Amino acid sequence: MSAITTPLASTPGTWTLPYRGKVAMACLIIAESAIFTIFVVAYIFYTGKSLSGPMPRDVLEVPIFYTICLLSSSITVHFASRFLEHGKRGGFLALWFLTIMLGGLFLFGTGQEWHRLIYEHGLTISTNLFGTTYYSLVGLHAFHVTVGLIMLLIVLLFGLAGRLGREHTARVEVLSLYWHFVDAVWVVVFTVVYILGR
Amino acid sequence: MSSDAMAIRTAEAAGHSWLEVLHGWVTTVDHKRLGIMYIGYALIFLIVAGFEAIIIRIQLVRPHYDFISPQVFNRMFTMHGTTMIFFVAMPILFGFANYLVPLMVGARDMAFPRLNAFSFWLSAFGGLLLYFSFLGGSGLYGAGNAPDVGWWAYAPLTAPAFSPGHSSDYWTIAVMVSGFGSIGTCINIIATILCMRCPGMTLNRMPLLVWLNLVMGGMVLITISPLTAAQVMLLVDRFLGGHFFDTQAGGSAAIWMHFFWIFGHPEVYVLIIPCFAFMSEIVPVFSRKPIFGYPVMVGATVCIGFVSMSVWAHHMFTIGMSSYSNAFFTITSMIVGVPTGIKIFNWLGTMWGGKLILKTPMLYCIGFLFQFLIAGLTGIMLATAPFDWQLGNSYFVVAHFHYVIVGGILFALFAAFYYWYPKITGRMLSETLGKWHFWLFVIGFHLTFDGMHIPGLLGMPRRIYTYEAGRGWEIWNLLSTIGAFIQGIATVIFVWNLIISYFKGAKAGNDPWDAWTLEWSTSSPPPAYNFATIPVVASRRPLWDLKHPEDPDSQYE
Repeated sequence: MSAITTPLASTPGTWTLPYRGKVAMACLIIAESAIFTIFVVAYIFYTGKSLSGPMPRDVLEVPIFYTICLLSSSITVHFASRFLEHGKRGGFLALWFLTIMLGGLFLFGTGQEWHRLIYEHGLTISTNLFGTTYYSLVGLHAFHVTVGLIMLLIVLLFGLAGRLGREHTARVEVLSLYWHFVDAVWVVVFTVVYILGR
Repeated sequence: MSSDAMAIRTAEAAGHSWLEVLHGWVTTVDHKRLGIMYIGYALIFLIVAGFEAIIIRIQLVRPHYDFISPQVFNRMFTMHGTTMIFFVAMPILFGFANYLVPLMVGARDMAFPRLNAFSFWLSAFGGLLLYFSFLGGSGLYGAGNAPDVGWWAYAPLTAPAFSPGHSSDYWTIAVMVSGFGSIGTCINIIATILCMRCPGMTLNRMPLLVWLNLVMGGMVLITISPLTAAQVMLLVDRFLGGHFFDTQAGGSAAIWMHFFWIFGHPEVYVLIIPCFAFMSEIVPVFSRKPIFGYPVMVGATVCIGFVSMSVWAHHMFTIGMSSYSNAFFTITSMIVGVPTGIKIFNWLGTMWGGKLILKTPMLYCIGFLFQFLIAGLTGIMLATAPFDWQLGNSYFVVAHFHYVIVGGILFALFAAFYYWYPKITGRMLSETLGKWHFWLFVIGFHLTFDGMHIPGLLGMPRRIYTYEAGRGWEIWNLLSTIGAFIQGIATVIFVWNLIISYFKGAKAGNDPWDAWTLEWSTSSPPPAYNFATIPVVASRRPLWDLKHPEDPDSQYE
């Protein structure tokens, strides 16, 4: 019954492997990138192929302010986890809260834009190809922002409850990796939808 | 095993009610139990989808037969294809990966045990959802049934106008949900391989099965996701009135084909690479030689992983692409044959001069080698655009890909069953029944699929409900149907063998095949924690080192 468990060689002096959370998040990001790639390809392929209006150049406005909000939240989340690493709880909470506010502001911007498009220009997901591809791509991104915000909020609650310490830095960094990804996707979506697509 | 462990085992064995046992299985996060559940669940679907294949073959046994209606025939081939790919082949391979990868890398579990359970249940409910369509497909509209749009569900067949009711929705959501499960499992497999290896197991010393599953996991991340994206678009079209695949509003049906086959062709390699992995573990053990050309094998697999991402449109030669596209996809499809050929030569090189032991696992491996070679050769024929213009969507194609999936994937899977069953259950599978299973299956397989090339060459299109007499197709269809029944009988013997050997099989012991990888160093079946002490390895064949301390592999690597 006894298993052969004799050490087969002496243990190597140092045996370090990558952190599984980071590897898993990297894998998830690869999978998500593939999903976004397909939506971006669909958007580019259908640019200018709508049979009826409204067209992008008539109704889209470049959301520069909200873009700056989202992109700067990448910086705040990075420094927040640096604060956590050094055990500075106050600084971490402040920057983490700021990240959530910036992300929330971006989401508000998207909502405002959609409201304007739907009520002022009558553009919905079923109006034409532009509507279909635009709402799908931007909506998919907004969905990812929402998921990110929920996770950020959970971490904030843990932080406020005093349950977050330096030992959790690696996990918090996994989450910030996701947040960086969401920002990076926005750079692509922004370029395709608001610059090339117009 | 320590006395503590013995105590735990006896406590486990001591009279638990069936409810407790069931609760244990439903709530388990143990990679071995989840692996067994994946495999068992896939075997159930294998039988269901096998029945569908038999129904298809009965309908085609002679011209103008009306065993089933054309509508039912459409549902049968759709459900057969969808089930076999998404709910048989993928879960069964994930099951083996789940069971074997942690054992082979000397870990106690996967990197994320709960994610593992979650992924399994996603896949499982995906399969149930697909089959619920037989009952619930009519929905509120009172129209529709099981999906009938083919396993690739080309637009505009899936448009609301042509697919009323919820049949296509069941297909879409079932496939999408199981896709999420696949992505979760593969994230887990990759994280396990990269982060959970036992001390000493550098990438260079990983068993080939682990290497190949790493490549498979990476491919799943990149290939299943486009399918998920395409399914989301289809749902937007069907439920929100979108126009992605709506040609009336400027949408394109061809882009669905692209999105589907960007998933669909790499998927073939997602399925075959774990089978290559089985071959690479079983052939050396039954040839009593280390694998020939380990680094080349790894290189060829990574190469397949990359090249197979750029071959998808060879499924679309007949839709009228530009000549540049045709040339590009012809060339890439032929290039992908090169690393695959390297692998075949590596296995032959392993067998060459070895002391071959022709037990059932090895018989299946040898069957795989021949049949996969032929499947590859017809694949190269079909990769040539002008040839494909003649034979695309004919029974030649059906014969080709069944040669890959049955002659290749299923044969390697049977080899894996006979090889690892002793580890999983602690009992040997019966050799006598195994030989019956093998020979009957070989005969049935060749009777069904060898002849099937010929009606294809004679112009018989796939997915037709019936055909006219006098075109020279009758005899081949008759033979195919007879062969299908023989395969069915062989499968019954296999299932019987699985059941009877569980109770009556010879005790296996830790290492019945005198093998070399870590899973054989622990008891059969392994304890919940796999290894009492985490092993340390110094070469690719740790158990060889242990058994032959005078001549360890580590001296040469």
